[in-house]
Amino acid sequence: MTETIDQIFVILKHWLVGHVPTAVEPIVSELLSVVPIILLFPLLFALITVMERKGLGRIQNRYGPNRVGPCGILQPIADGIKTLTKENIVPHSADKVVHLLAPLLLVMATFLGYAVLPVGRNMVAANMDAGVLFFFAVGSMTELSVFMAGWSSRNKYSLLGAMRAIAQMISYEVPLILSSVTVIMAAGTLSTVSIVEQQSGYTGIFPHWFVFTPWGFAGFVLFMIAATAESNRSPFDLPEGESELIAGYYTEYSGFKFALFFLAEYLGMMSISGMAITLFLGGWAAPLSFLTWIPSYLWFFGKLFFFIAGFIWIRGTLPRLRMDQLMNFAWKFMLPMALINLVTAGVWRFMPTGILRWLVCSAMVVAPYVLLGRGFMLGKRLEKRTYRFAD
Amino acid sequence: MLGEGIVRGLAETARNFLGSFVSKERLTTVQFPEERLPQAEAARDFPFLVYDGEDWQAGMRCVACQICEKECPPKCIFIEKSKDKKPDALGRAQFYPARFDIDVSVCMSCQICVEVCPFEAIKMDTAFELSTDDRFGGLLWDRQKLALSDAHYHAIHPTDAAHTDELLAAEKAKAEARTKAAVAKASPAPMPQPPAPAAANEP
Ligand code: SF4
Ligand code: SF4
Repeated sequence: MTETIDQIFVILKHWLVGHVPTAVEPIVSELLSVVPIILLFPLLFALITVMERKGLGRIQNRYGPNRVGPCGILQPIADGIKTLTKENIVPHSADKVVHLLAPLLLVMATFLGYAVLPVGRNMVAANMDAGVLFFFAVGSMTELSVFMAGWSSRNKYSLLGAMRAIAQMISYEVPLILSSVTVIMAAGTLSTVSIVEQQSGYTGIFPHWFVFTPWGFAGFVLFMIAATAESNRSPFDLPEGESELIAGYYTEYSGFKFALFFLAEYLGMMSISGMAITLFLGGWAAPLSFLTWIPSYLWFFGKLFFFIAGFIWIRGTLPRLRMDQLMNFAWKFMLPMALINLVTAGVWRFMPTGILRWLVCSAMVVAPYVLLGRGFMLGKRLEKRTYRFAD
Repeated sequence: MLGEGIVRGLAETARNFLGSFVSKERLTTVQFPEERLPQAEAARDFPFLVYDGEDWQAGMRCVACQICEKECPPKCIFIEKSKDKKPDALGRAQFYPARFDIDVSVCMSCQICVEVCPFEAIKMDTAFELSTDDRFGGLLWDRQKLALSDAHYHAIHPTDAAHTDELLAAEKAKAEARTKAAVAKASPAPMPQPPAPAAANEP
């Protein structure tokens, strides 16, 4: 029974595919995998926008939206209608084609990433051998579309925003990928499905998630910091820093195209959270061995929910970084930590199991953190700022 | 250590987040249409025309002297003087506005019309939920829409209204004294025309 509920969508799909002629079977099968993704995640995006607005409101001791529908839950519908009915303005001197393509490409690229995310047992759109590689490859397509948006708008703010976005995304992609390489090393595979399967065992009641190892924990934290930067979320939201750049690379977008940028941002946030869950938090695996009766997809979406809540919490807490702080952080802290973490993962792999392995590897994570952190804080002087040209 | 401040900040926001669910005092937002804060007594937005008694046309204090029309900085008052006269509160025959329009989409609520009116005929109202779906006609208020009773004035601005009543009473007394004097001077002659209102208002 539990098995059936867990596999209900897989069974349903097989049953549906069984009813069509053999010739179109592969196409129907693919469609049945893709359409739910395309429907479900935008729906989640709508829910997340309300959640975010209400959560941020509560953090600031406000109510947040509470007028449309019960408790404001229908707010995204109102927002959707509003953006759909807005005028679509394209600047006179803009490169019209590129201007139109940029948001489409962005949304497409973020959607492609979902192809390799296992959202439940046997529930993945494309089980690729190089799944992780594919994910990061299409993930970096977003940079192209961001730059397309910034360049084609013919607006200095858009261009500045796009340049910031490129600089930030490329800088943070390095620690992002390096921190996930540790998992690939440990799992010995690039396939997301087998990475999750390797974490689905239990010792006693505790799962074999990679986050419960010293290198896994460090890798997870690094991955999440880099993921925040990749998805342009606060405190790394310089590309769209509205106080200085209006809206960054999508300044010149209005109406539905603007909504597409928003959709892409949230989809990116969800897909990269999904990747973090897959790599470090055991994907769809239950956190305790006696909870396995709860369907696997519920675990995946439950974990996703926690990630989103974390993103919102971070956004409500931290102020935006400065460009030099951002770059220093990426290259002087994240990158060395990620490299040291690679070595730690290697040491972990080749040391015999036991308490000694834990001690050595923990020391290898904590010591560089403390030292690098101290070095990083050294240059930071909290004093009255003097302006050279002030008088 | 690096990251300490971030953890402290996260704790602070978490406290605010959870606190907003348990303590009502944290949420200072007034849920407007259902909850309302009392308006300050001096609140004002658009002018209205005061009338005494029951009938707005008979009791209208305005004598169409057009001072406010001339003084209004954005020129949003339009007055058409009547051809005939009607008795005012003191029983004197006066002109009255055949038309009195205020374009509230132009009015800037400066209260200058109220300051300059010698007859205490125009005052500031406090009603503010005035949205309309007719952008032009709906915001051009005619004299019937502008006419509001003295009782309403007393209700919204009690202190001001009491002061206005004192002024009007003093003026009435002065006018009566003058009439009496005039009657005493030329007793056989019929009652003369009352003096021009502007002159009567001078201290
Ligand atoms: S309040 Fe000011 S702007 Fe409005 S009608 Fe009176 S004088 Fe004109
Ligand atoms: S100044 Fe007073 S009496 Fe004269 S027209 Fe204006 S409202 Fe009427």
